[in-house]
Amino acid sequence: MLPKRAMSWSEYMTLKRGAYRVFMLREVSSLFNALYMVFLIVMLHDLRGPKADYDAFLALLWSPAMIPLHAVAFAFALLHTITFFNAMGKAIVIRSGEERISEGGMAVPAYAAWVVATLFVVWFLGHG
Amino acid sequence: MANEPKETVKLEVFRWHPEKGGEPSFQSYEVPFHKDWVVLDALNHIKDTIDGSLTYRWSCRMGVCGSCGMMVNGVPKLTCAAFLRDYHPETIRVEPLANFPVERDLVINLEDFLKKLSSVYPWIHREKTDSLAQELRQTPKQLATFKQFSMCINCMLCYAACPIYGHGEDVIGPAALSLARRYNLDSRDQATEKRKDVVYSEHGIWDCTFVGECSTVCPKHVDPAGAIQQSKVEATNEFMLGPFYPRGKR
Repeated sequence: MLPKRAMSWSEYMTLKRGAYRVFMLREVSSLFNALYMVFLIVMLHDLRGPKADYDAFLALLWSPAMIPLHAVAFAFALLHTITFFNAMGKAIVIRSGEERISEGGMAVPAYAAWVVATLFVVWFLGHG
Repeated sequence: MANEPKETVKLEVFRWHPEKGGEPSFQSYEVPFHKDWVVLDALNHIKDTIDGSLTYRWSCRMGVCGSCGMMVNGVPKLTCAAFLRDYHPETIRVEPLANFPVERDLVINLEDFLKKLSSVYPWIHREKTDSLAQELRQTPKQLATFKQFSMCINCMLCYAACPIYGHGEDVIGPAALSLARRYNLDSRDQATEKRKDVVYSEHGIWDCTFVGECSTVCPKHVDPAGAIQQSKVEATNEFMLGPFYPRGKR
């Protein structure tokens, strides 16, 4: 059979179609997020170990290089969260009679819960 | 001709005869610009008056048959619904749908898709064929669960928009998976278990990374991305909660 005539990844990037760029960013950022999870696991490991290890880890967190690292991690976490909430609206079907509750309507409770959880964390950090 | 407009629009059309060898190329044509013309009208004008060797598929010219799908400026479109006025005065580049082998010029080979489509049993299957002799009634509510997915016209735009299908040999792809969903949700069908081997496989729903362009380009608003994500939720529920389900419950 004749071979497929598939578009190359660079062709997808040159198309002015946001979905392809977001998709590629999501794939690349997944790798970054996985590495960041390893970073957090190391932190938890040090928390269980001698106090000196944890203090060394905290000292590392205060280094200037940690600011861009966490800024990027935060941006990617936002990207994946929004993707997940958008996918939720497509993936979960709730009907009222014959009518389906809209995708946007399905995402509203998720975003609301996100805001509440964020406010709780901010309150906890301020008062905890 | 007296009614010919003064303005023209330029089309760059993909040309290739794989049987003859050689490399694909683009041929430029100038056609009259009519505001009510679609890209398919321009192609018909080329074939009728400029170059009869140009090869492409079309049939109904009203967005029903799904045969005139092509890449228009890199985006999968039904050319019967892509108006020249939306591109004019820019040059319009017309190519065969991406991610398929090319038979000739703008005609693609559908063999791979048809094989994958038939693998999901896209028809109402009954365990006992004698049950088809009786009328299988459905409530409007039951119809509403799958109606959207039944609108698919197999135009292949979703496959052309899916980079995962383009870069994977065994990917089942959006239309076949949304049609599988359509029949799984149909209260008259009894083949959900038979479809699972393909739909729940590595190259079925789990190959989808939710790019979402399949739903964006779908001319019938079928939402294949939605169908696939719904199947993922169902598969996960079955995996996690399956042991607690009563035997035989769908």
